Amino acid sequence: MTMYVFLESLFNALRLFFLVNPDVLDITLLTLRVSGTAVLLGSIAGIPTGAYLGLREWRGKKTTIRIVNLILRSIINTFMGLPPVVVGLVVFLLLRYEGPLGFLGLVFTPTAMIITQLILVIPITIGVTISAVGGVDKAIREKALSLGATNREAAFAVLKEAKIGLLTAVIVAFGAAISEVGGIMIAGGNIWLKTSTLTTEIVDAVQVGEYELALTLGVILLAIAFAINIILTILQIREAKH
Amino acid sequence: MRRLSKTQLVIVLLVFVFVTVAIVGEYFLSRSRRLVLSTTTSTWDSGLLGYLLPIYEQRYDVKVDVLHVGTGQALQIAQGGDADLVLVHSKELELNFTSQGYGVHRIGVMYNDFIIIGPPSDLAGIRGLTNATEAFRRIKTAGDLGNVIFVSRADKSGTNLLELKIWSLLGLTPKNTTYSWYWEAKTGMGNVLRICNEKLGYALTDRATWLSFKNELPNLKVLVQNDSVLFNPYSVILVNPDRYPHRNHQDAVKFVKFLISVEGQTLIQDFKKEGETLFYPLARDVPKAVELGFENQQEELVWYDSHT
Repeated sequence: MTMYVFLESLFNALRLFFLVNPDVLDITLLTLRVSGTAVLLGSIAGIPTGAYLGLREWRGKKTTIRIVNLILRSIINTFMGLPPVVVGLVVFLLLRYEGPLGFLGLVFTPTAMIITQLILVIPITIGVTISAVGGVDKAIREKALSLGATNREAAFAVLKEAKIGLLTAVIVAFGAAISEVGGIMIAGGNIWLKTSTLTTEIVDAVQVGEYELALTLGVILLAIAFAINIILTILQIREAKH
Repeated sequence: MRRLSKTQLVIVLLVFVFVTVAIVGEYFLSRSRRLVLSTTTSTWDSGLLGYLLPIYEQRYDVKVDVLHVGTGQALQIAQGGDADLVLVHSKELELNFTSQGYGVHRIGVMYNDFIIIGPPSDLAGIRGLTNATEAFRRIKTAGDLGNVIFVSRADKSGTNLLELKIWSLLGLTPKNTTYSWYWEAKTGMGNVLRICNEKLGYALTDRATWLSFKNELPNLKVLVQNDSVLFNPYSVILVNPDRYPHRNHQDAVKFVKFLISVEGQTLIQDFKKEGETLFYPLARDVPKAVELGFENQQEELVWYDSHT
């Protein structure tokens, strides 16, 4: 009951806030569009890649395999912690009019922001997927193979087992994307109602001393992250029960 | 297994279509009538552009995208061909920009003023001075004695460049490393004011940012103002249409015509914060414009007025 009252008052506060600041709704939707697209594309690219790298049978000399594996993992782990501002800067330099991809006309657009976040998110989904796949009991794969499954079918059997870990990959990626600010500010240009997101507007609001607005935007950001994580966590728990 | 492959194929196709639509859509959006204005944080953060632009956008059916960054970056973006015009405030950088052929038709639009703020205890003893250079000299003296600190933007913004210019009048080029009382914050005006409020420091600030923040800064007061060196003129410069033929020259000219029209200048004067005027019209006050460094103001006025 108290939970219900709390949610109702929160909802009313947000409704009032959006009525007073209709632009904030646009900004929230753009934030979701940018981070959502980046995480969607990042998962589609990163999860199969991570699964491939995690499941691959490395042929060749044992020491060579170990070294290659070590270097590969280290690279992925490093890229999982890519500084967003550096990525944003590189994307900006590539997409600006005088840059090599300037002809696309994508600098200071939501697409430029999606590209930035995609680059940040892909290593995260790959890395977490590798760990998730690695955590599955080896016996499952061997059992599938012994029952006459092809390599690919056996891989899917492992992925099915690793579902919770794959969901974790999506959750972590989403968290990184929606809270990101430095990279999208450089690549997107922080143009009001075109490439401004909740995080960039928080920075702007603090810059002009509107701490209250900044904090409210922060609460909205947190609420969105919470809502999306509830859905993903429900899925995760349901999978765990199976 | 085969069915799964089909699903995968559908997903891949969907994603492909999605991305293509997004990119193509963006491309066409970028071709619709848009004006990209590269400007300083002060014109945006003060709310001036938020007040002026809707009037222009509605009248001319052009959407104005505002990139609000430091003066140095604003000019850099325009130089890279990613903006149609700039609205900035740093004479030397502006003249560099035009003399190298990146920009044309520089004209003074408006001005505001800078102030020196600091703690009411004022251990440097600058309160009430109308000579910024003398105030800086006293801050240095008190700083050398370890009594006060000065916080610099140190971000190559117009404000920072003016500050360095005043120091250079005293023959000084202060750095973090040379004076312990000189703090290079490398951040925006608002952050510098907050640092001063916490550490009881002195700083040079524009009046607009000060007024926005005043209520959050109980430990600071305006100590020095009204020196002519503290007047801060803003100019607009079009990017050179010969050099950047892909840019929207036509709408950029229209926008400047709007800014310097009697109506635009009146709108600028009527824009107030906490009851105080933030920007004073300059475009049609030719003697004042010449005094503030726009030697060609009359010619440029004629050029814009006669341009249709």
